[in-house]
Amino acid sequence: MTKDIREDIAWAKINQDVLNSLETPRKAYWVILFVAFCVFSVGVGCEVYQYNMGMGVSNLDNPHAWALYIASFIFWIGMSHSGTLLSAILHIMHADWRKPIYRFAEAMTTFSLITAAMFVAVHLGRVWQIYYALPYPNERWAWPNWQSPLLWDAMAVFTYLSSSMIFLYVGMIPDLAICRDNMQSGWRKKLYTLMALGWEGTDRQWRNFRMTYLTVACFLIPLAVSVHSIVSTDFAVSQQPGMHVTSFPPYFVAGALYSGCAAIISLFIILRYVFKFEEYMTLPILRKVVRLTFAIAMVWTYLNCVEFAATWYSHDEPEKAVLIQKAIGPYAPFFWTMIFCGSVVPFAMMVKKWQTNIPIMFAVSLLLNLGMFLERWMIVSPTLSHDFYPWQWDHNQWPSMVQWGIVFGSFGFFVILFMGFCKVFPSVSMYEVKEMVYHRSLQSRKAEAEPAEGFAAEELAVKGAN
Amino acid sequence: MSQRYLLALYNNFDEAEQVVRELRTSNISGFNADDDMVVKSPIEHPEVEEFLGSKPVKVQWFTLFGALLAGSLGFLWVASTQANFFSQMKGGKPIVPIPANMVLTYEFFILGGVYITVLGFLVCAGLPARRSPLYSAKVSEDQIGILVKASESAAGTLKDIFTKHKALEIQEEVGK
Repeated sequence: MTKDIREDIAWAKINQDVLNSLETPRKAYWVILFVAFCVFSVGVGCEVYQYNMGMGVSNLDNPHAWALYIASFIFWIGMSHSGTLLSAILHIMHADWRKPIYRFAEAMTTFSLITAAMFVAVHLGRVWQIYYALPYPNERWAWPNWQSPLLWDAMAVFTYLSSSMIFLYVGMIPDLAICRDNMQSGWRKKLYTLMALGWEGTDRQWRNFRMTYLTVACFLIPLAVSVHSIVSTDFAVSQQPGMHVTSFPPYFVAGALYSGCAAIISLFIILRYVFKFEEYMTLPILRKVVRLTFAIAMVWTYLNCVEFAATWYSHDEPEKAVLIQKAIGPYAPFFWTMIFCGSVVPFAMMVKKWQTNIPIMFAVSLLLNLGMFLERWMIVSPTLSHDFYPWQWDHNQWPSMVQWGIVFGSFGFFVILFMGFCKVFPSVSMYEVKEMVYHRSLQSRKAEAEPAEGFAAEELAVKGAN
Repeated sequence: MSQRYLLALYNNFDEAEQVVRELRTSNISGFNADDDMVVKSPIEHPEVEEFLGSKPVKVQWFTLFGALLAGSLGFLWVASTQANFFSQMKGGKPIVPIPANMVLTYEFFILGGVYITVLGFLVCAGLPARRSPLYSAKVSEDQIGILVKASESAAGTLKDIFTKHKALEIQEEVGK
């Protein structure tokens, strides 16, 4: 089997290749940034229009007060979970193949959370009153309701965002020192010098670094699970049919990991080409990510079936009506596209040849994410348009172009932040790739030496017997 | 009395290990291997600890303290704001609902744990730090550095040991 990474890459070359990515990416980088800027401008335009005209232009109204903004909020929060999966869970499991790709996954976590947080303000409508989201008492010293999942949500997202930013930064310190040592002058030199905190790679620093990284990783795993579980309680704690589902927390977490992994595949392919990382983001590593994504896809599919079966056999009529409404009502095309993209398309990942076929995997990863976006929308809208009472039903209230425009723009916002990060900070962890190369070459040498030793011992045993 | 700083660079961990072992076993007056020697490396290499001798890591104590403190303070904050309702009617519901408050307590626990762990890391690792008297950018690339602090009289012996083990480069500086 082909190796994940060449074991004879010189350490100096690793530094050079990653540092070059900060200076001279392919032209595609600027094209992507330009397109992202255009897409973002559409979103900004729509938001300015909504700000001036009021929330009516988004077509959000009772009973359909939540739609794409909340669906996008969940989608972007979910996207962030893959960073934790790759950097924390796989770190604890000693899966060293994650090393060349975890940095950008962590960055993705941070920027997708920022994008998600933006939707809270967008959905609020009156952006200037965003401070209402903070827990503070009114003039009679009555505090907000701490038992509300919305408040839990704000706290969980804040904790997750700040912790992932810290995790990203701490993990980057040794690489920032490399950048500092290799830059001649200018703003980059000053920035890296400041951010490297005087790191010199002493045994004391490494010792404490290792413990810190492991400890924060241990905190991040339950945190990631809690964040999406809490997001699921925004729905599950309510009494709405189609939302009051016991299996929502694991369903949300699985969906989050799924969409995150799909996004990792997309970004893996883009960064590999744009920053010429073919030697680090290798096809065997892509294959591993693809297999992991497939496994999570099957978990998500299973949880979907559990949800449908539980609804069907519960004989709860309003609950059933929402499910039927999803399958044959006005949302049916979106619902079935979700099922197709989320549960059928992943089977393309089982074809061994396709697992390392970049165009096919890129298309598959985009389709998976389309499915996961629709999944979030199908959680929010069908329930609100088909509530308990027929007089509350509203099947013809579709998101306006303003809503679609802002959602569309959020992708541009994310890409600008992400690509900006990759141009300023190393998106491949240099010191960890060196560790990977070093330990793997040691293992290979040991493996080569062992048969010879084994043979010698066998020979000695035979001699002894004689 | 003035001190001398010496930085020797080596190609790999094996060579550096030989030097460290010799420095630790040799009895050179004016040089204490436990306190006056620092190994600098481009990667995290647990074996360095083996040949340097184990030194305690205390970051986890910061973690424990931070997590417990933040969890407790978080719960107290939430509960104390709810205690406001002692003076108001609450329809028979608990004024401080423990299960519901556990969610926020949990988040505070993690928040404090992460923040204080990082603070502990900075304290224990001595960061932010000024550059040590001798530093080579090669250490962040592919070489292993051994930095020693010794008296004038011991510097010559140390230099000989470094040279004997084929140091790629030896830097020297006088300091206090």
